[in-house]
Amino acid sequence: MAIDMELEKVLRAPEVEQPPYPSKVITLANGKKMVVREVTRKDVPTLLKAVHPTLFIHRDYYDIVGARLYAELLGWYTYRVRNEYCIIGQVDGFLVGIVNGRMMNKDIGISLHTLAIDRGLRVGSHLFASKMEHHIEYLGQKEVLIVAESPIGFRRWMIEYGLEKTDIQHELGGASSYRLTRELYFDSKPRLVVGDRPVPPNLLAKAQEEILIADEDTIREHIAGLKGR
Amino acid sequence: MRDVAIIGAGMIPFGRRDEDSLMDMLAYASLKALDDAGMGDKSVDAVYVANMGAGMLQHQTSVASALVDRLSLYPAAAESIENGPASGGSAVKNGLLAVASGYYDYVLVVGGEKMREVTGWRATDFVSTMTHPTAEYVYGITLPGMAGMFTRLYMEKYGLTRDMLLEVAIKNQSMGALNPYAHVEMAITREGIYDSPHSVVNNPPAADPLHLYDACPVSDGAAAVILCPLEMAKKAAKTPILIAGFGQATDTHTLQEREDPTDLKAVTLAAHQAFEMAKLKPSDIHVAELHDAFTILEIAESEHIGFFKKGEGGKAVLAGKTRLGGQIPINLSGGLKARGHPVGATGVAQVVEIVFQLRHELGKDRQVKNAENGLTVNFGGFGNNVVVFILRRVKQ
Repeated sequence: MAIDMELEKVLRAPEVEQPPYPSKVITLANGKKMVVREVTRKDVPTLLKAVHPTLFIHRDYYDIVGARLYAELLGWYTYRVRNEYCIIGQVDGFLVGIVNGRMMNKDIGISLHTLAIDRGLRVGSHLFASKMEHHIEYLGQKEVLIVAESPIGFRRWMIEYGLEKTDIQHELGGASSYRLTRELYFDSKPRLVVGDRPVPPNLLAKAQEEILIADEDTIREHIAGLKGR
Repeated sequence: MRDVAIIGAGMIPFGRRDEDSLMDMLAYASLKALDDAGMGDKSVDAVYVANMGAGMLQHQTSVASALVDRLSLYPAAAESIENGPASGGSAVKNGLLAVASGYYDYVLVVGGEKMREVTGWRATDFVSTMTHPTAEYVYGITLPGMAGMFTRLYMEKYGLTRDMLLEVAIKNQSMGALNPYAHVEMAITREGIYDSPHSVVNNPPAADPLHLYDACPVSDGAAAVILCPLEMAKKAAKTPILIAGFGQATDTHTLQEREDPTDLKAVTLAAHQAFEMAKLKPSDIHVAELHDAFTILEIAESEHIGFFKKGEGGKAVLAGKTRLGGQIPINLSGGLKARGHPVGATGVAQVVEIVFQLRHELGKDRQVKNAENGLTVNFGGFGNNVVVFILRRVKQ
């Protein structure tokens, strides 16, 4: 598709340069090592392949979370969303979860979505915590605005972190935002935010070499399970 | 009284079964047991359905009548049995007595529960309704809370350690990973749930000193058996399994009324009755399914049955005595911890697992070689209603 760069300058959102999120490694309950790292725009087409099957999984609101994440990643890829970032989890190179967010301004972060592909290992909890760590510790923001679109999210974020309820409309357009302040973050950090840095070079190299994506049936099975079919 | 044998056993994979209603699950498990028994067009004389919560969770009562209709088993007699988490054991016991009395020949016993269509909080509250309404429930007690306090007392009295509890969790989840019927088919490691600093997130405290991986999951599922007189069972296609002994005992509703809350008298009494009836002793048992809704319960029950002396159960776990190939393999199905705990189904599922073991039908990685005698403990309330069975392979 030909791009009119003159018009594109108008359509593209101006962005601020964001400090990088340093990679870390987390040991999961099954003993596997999950590398958590920031990805770039060039990785988006690969990520979209993993998100696509979730659009059709009704269980636990995966369809709405998947559809919105798909659109947000596409928006980032095409420079239509301002100041977005994306962090992923990989085990043995395979993508097991994705989180994204953006800087609304210098002080306020927006948590967008959290999608766990490998379930039952607290991948979502670890990645959400990494997202909060990025906003507060690396982007140096004062607060993050968060909403949940599923009961699981509500339990994991609003209750486990003891978030403050606000009257602020979250930009995802649903319920009013909850707020993670720096104080709440550092209070919660000892029990919710973990990971070792630096990542051992062999693990990091394996993760960076290629983002491996399971086939669609496997992704659906990991998310929705086989039981009962 | 006639000797009674199990001629058919079946269950469906436990887990989260969004697509199936409670009645679907009860029907699937029943059909598997009927097929396993080779019943063909032959019907059963009576149906006993173990279920704890359909009235609360599904707003459905009289599930036994509904199941008979679903499977066209009329005019079979039908009853629902509600006895908390020991409903399954109670239903098997009622089926056993009905056949032993000579009144019925063929009886279907099926247990099932659908717990995952409510949130975890509501499921926990539902299970908590078995506690004393005015002395416990109103103060916010939950079963994990009770288990936590019980564990603390056990640690103080018997020197139980966190290492012992971890080993139960790791053992049972490793067995669950090998069991296609298990809810949690995932092995865990000590590093992942304890040694690594990251375990603070992977395995958070649930009810001190118990953590997430000390507790069973909330599950959907169903399991069924077919009972008949031993003499008729000898004509069955598969090896009959004799119900050689059973026992049932109760204890005070509240834990605080017990002289020693760490003493699970109902377990001891029920096991004693079962051993007396079977004319066996604990050392004669080759495989056992214990009610490990929490890791502590597997250890405590193994002592109260008489497999180990008081205070020795945890050490036995650490020494590998309860693993496959050990002195007394326990919960090779993964137990409630990994197979899952759909409360009404559990007692029946334990019996089904022992039937598979005694028929020598399991793969090498789960089968106790040449197993002849097996035992189950179905633990209701917090040990206030306990049902024990001893099963024996019938030599043909």
